[in-house]
Amino acid sequence: MPVTTQIKDNSIIAYLSGEIDQHSSKTIRDEIDLCIKSVPNLSSLTLDFKSVTFMDSSGVGLVMGRYRLAEIVGCSLILTNLPPHIKRVMKLSGIEKIAKIN
Amino acid sequence: MKTLNEMKLTIESRSVNEGFARGAVALFSSQLDPTVEEITEIKTAVSEAVTNCIVHAYKQTIGLIYINAKIFDDNSIRIKIRDKGCGIDNIKRAMEPSFTTDPASERAGLGFAIMSAFTDNIKVYSSPGKGTSVLLCKKIKSKGQKICRQPETSKETS
Repeated sequence: MPVTTQIKDNSIIAYLSGEIDQHSSKTIRDEIDLCIKSVPNLSSLTLDFKSVTFMDSSGVGLVMGRYRLAEIVGCSLILTNLPPHIKRVMKLSGIEKIAKIN
Repeated sequence: MKTLNEMKLTIESRSVNEGFARGAVALFSSQLDPTVEEITEIKTAVSEAVTNCIVHAYKQTIGLIYINAKIFDDNSIRIKIRDKGCGIDNIKRAMEPSFTTDPASERAGLGFAIMSAFTDNIKVYSSPGKGTSVLLCKKIKSKGQKICRQPETSKETS
C-alpha cells in the first residue's frame, strides 16, 4: 500500500511510501479522503513523507487537493519528514505558503 | 559532439508505465556516473514529460510514447519524449507555472517548470492535432571524468 493511515483523537496521520506519481496518487488520494470522511470534528491531517522514495508534481497536486479538502472540513494540514528532493519539488510549487512543513 | 550511446523505448500511454519509463532512462543515464541527486532530477523530468503525454496528449485514449535518449562525449544526455497526441495550441502558456488545462483532476500545472528546473535546457515542439516533442538536455557535472564505462570482459577460469 502506498499509504497507511492512523487515527488518533481527532487527528489523522497518513504515512506515504514508495513512489508518488500520477499513477499511485489516485490510490493515495482515495484512501486519505475516505479516512477524512470517517473522522468527525477532524482537527489536523498530517502527511508523513519519510518513506517516499520518489515524487513528481503529481505529489504537489495531491497536497493541493488535500489542502482544499482540509479547508472545507476545517482542519489544518501538516507535511512532515520531507526528504530533500521532495522538499525541492514542494518549494518549486510554493506550497509552503498554504501548508505547514515540519 | 560525438554520440557514445543511444536507447529507444516505445511504451503505451498507461499511467502504470510512468515508473518504468523514468526508471529505464535513469538506468541508461547511470553510465555517465551521476550523483543520486542528478539521477533524481532526470527521473523527475522524464516522469513529468511522460505524465504530460498520458494525461494531456492522449487523454482518455491509449497511444504510443516514443522515448529516445543519447549520451554524448561531453558527459551530457539528451532525452526526447514524443507523442502523436492532441498537441499544444500555445506552448508559451502551457509552460507557465501553475497553468493547467485540467484543474478538476488535481494537476499542479508544474510539469514544465520542474522539467526546466531539473535540466539544463528544454525545447518543446508541437503541432495541434499531430503531437508534441519535448527535448531535455542535461550535463552530468558531478564526476565528469568518467565517461562511458566499457563493459568488463569476463575472465576465463583456468
